[in-house]
Amino acid sequence: MRQRSAAWLFAGPGLLWLLIFFAIPLVNQASVSLMSGDPEAGYTLTWAFSTYTDAISAYKPQFLRSFGYAGAATLIDLIIAFPLAYFIVFKAGRWRAFMLLLVVLPFFTSQVLRTVSWQLILSDSGFVVDRLKDIGLVASDGRVLATRTAVIAGIAYNFLPFMVLPLYVSLDKLDPRLVEAATDLYCSRVAAFRKVTLPLAIPGIFAGSLLCFIPACGDFINAALLGTSRQYMIGNVVQSKYLNVLDYPSAAALSFILMTLILVGIAIYGRLLGTKNLTEVAA
Amino acid sequence: MTGADRVRRWFLGVWSAFALAFLFLPVFIIILFSFNDNQGRFNFTWQGFTLAHWKDPFQNPDLARALSTSLEVALIATGISVLLGTLLAIALVRYRFRGRGAADFFVFLPMATPEVVLGASLLALFLVLNVNTGFKTIVIAHAAFCVSYVVVTVKARLEGMDPHIEEAARDLGAGTWATFFRVTLPMIAPGVVAAAVLAAALSIDDYVVTSFNAGQTQTFPLFIFGATRQGVPPEVNVLATMLLLTVLILMGVNVLAQKVAARRASAREEDAAPPDVGDVAEATPVVGAAGR
Repeated sequence: MRQRSAAWLFAGPGLLWLLIFFAIPLVNQASVSLMSGDPEAGYTLTWAFSTYTDAISAYKPQFLRSFGYAGAATLIDLIIAFPLAYFIVFKAGRWRAFMLLLVVLPFFTSQVLRTVSWQLILSDSGFVVDRLKDIGLVASDGRVLATRTAVIAGIAYNFLPFMVLPLYVSLDKLDPRLVEAATDLYCSRVAAFRKVTLPLAIPGIFAGSLLCFIPACGDFINAALLGTSRQYMIGNVVQSKYLNVLDYPSAAALSFILMTLILVGIAIYGRLLGTKNLTEVAA
Repeated sequence: MTGADRVRRWFLGVWSAFALAFLFLPVFIIILFSFNDNQGRFNFTWQGFTLAHWKDPFQNPDLARALSTSLEVALIATGISVLLGTLLAIALVRYRFRGRGAADFFVFLPMATPEVVLGASLLALFLVLNVNTGFKTIVIAHAAFCVSYVVVTVKARLEGMDPHIEEAARDLGAGTWATFFRVTLPMIAPGVVAAAVLAAALSIDDYVVTSFNAGQTQTFPLFIFGATRQGVPPEVNVLATMLLLTVLILMGVNVLAQKVAARRASAREEDAAPPDVGDVAEATPVVGAAGR
């Protein structure tokens, strides 16, 4: 009895805080999305479900772009992060902790400023773009900044550690003796990787992809700073509708749709691999 | 070692070096351009070395105010989230109670929610309640999303700790509070410090959630974003570099403090395990600090 009351004494305040400032706002946002009216007269709840159908048809390109860009960036991150995580776990030796620190360190400088820094790096007559022109990757009159490429690259840059860390965790748990056993039993190095290492790293790959993909879907800093309105994602629309246009119901509806799609994603993940895995890897 | 092995190792090494270079390139540019003797408003082309910006980084009053607002917000939001999050982590790891699994998942959810949804839904709440957005709402918003990160960081530390030590304290007559203050808290202190550094870093760096809940108040990231159109002054680079150095120093102190504590402990009892490299990783808030 005393145990249980102590548990709630510890857990209560934090859970209450999250209830008021996380759960209730989400529910409230759902109700705002069903209101109608205008910025001057105010909004009242009229159960206007048409906001949802209108919002989806009006902002379909931004939704598709969000998922497309986020998916591309997640794939790029997986390709960059897997060899890096593999190196840190199996080859880095005593430099392991130091390399892990290097992976997270850039993220202690301002994200907005790092994105501004990418503006500089990718700017039209900058060093990087000139070299890309030299080797023919960019047309001589072409540019990188203010294109889809720049936005996807920026997103991939932003969420790379989210991919490295879960991969690191899952590879770290892998017992190297399993790979040894496979090669001892005349499995080639490549086959051992494909049949032992990769399947055991699947939880990390899934968790990393989810941890990259979800925030990437809602990102709008990269599209705003490295793209133009033709690269705007759903986050840009939600922000401008809330802060500039003051069209709260459709902003709330768009944000609610994004949240719902992502919850569905998490639910599917939970079905496949269990939520324990994800919460564990997030630590 | 066969030739193929050597090629693989070489490839992995080069690939990793490039990946780290990719991560550090913008940071390097930020630091470099804090020394740029820029002409005009834009700080985009290298025009010569100067220490002028380092000598007087606070010359722009709006920038100075934005940074001090960010630091104040971070201090209060970190205090709230560390207090609530640490207690919550202890409950989740040390006590068996009904709904613990659900609570675990509930704490995880804010980290899986896109920031734009977190910020927008909080703004919707403030609008409905007729609360004016400003300093207070920024603090609330930051403390709201930081709690989950504190919980996972402290939890990781608690899970590596032997629960029998607390049981022993209770068996020897220590009450819930005495056990907490004299046994649990000193043992999880490095985890709590790491969580505080992480929470403060997340708060100082946050743009997305803040942009929804700031009203007329300017924070450091909001100032930078607003300045992008007219050119970001090099003083911003100086201040960002200083913040990075501060985080590095805090991490270093945390690691050292842990090492000293471990050495003392092993001096007391012969068979205590010596500190290893794992300590560095543990004392470092490695939870995805990215972009948040």
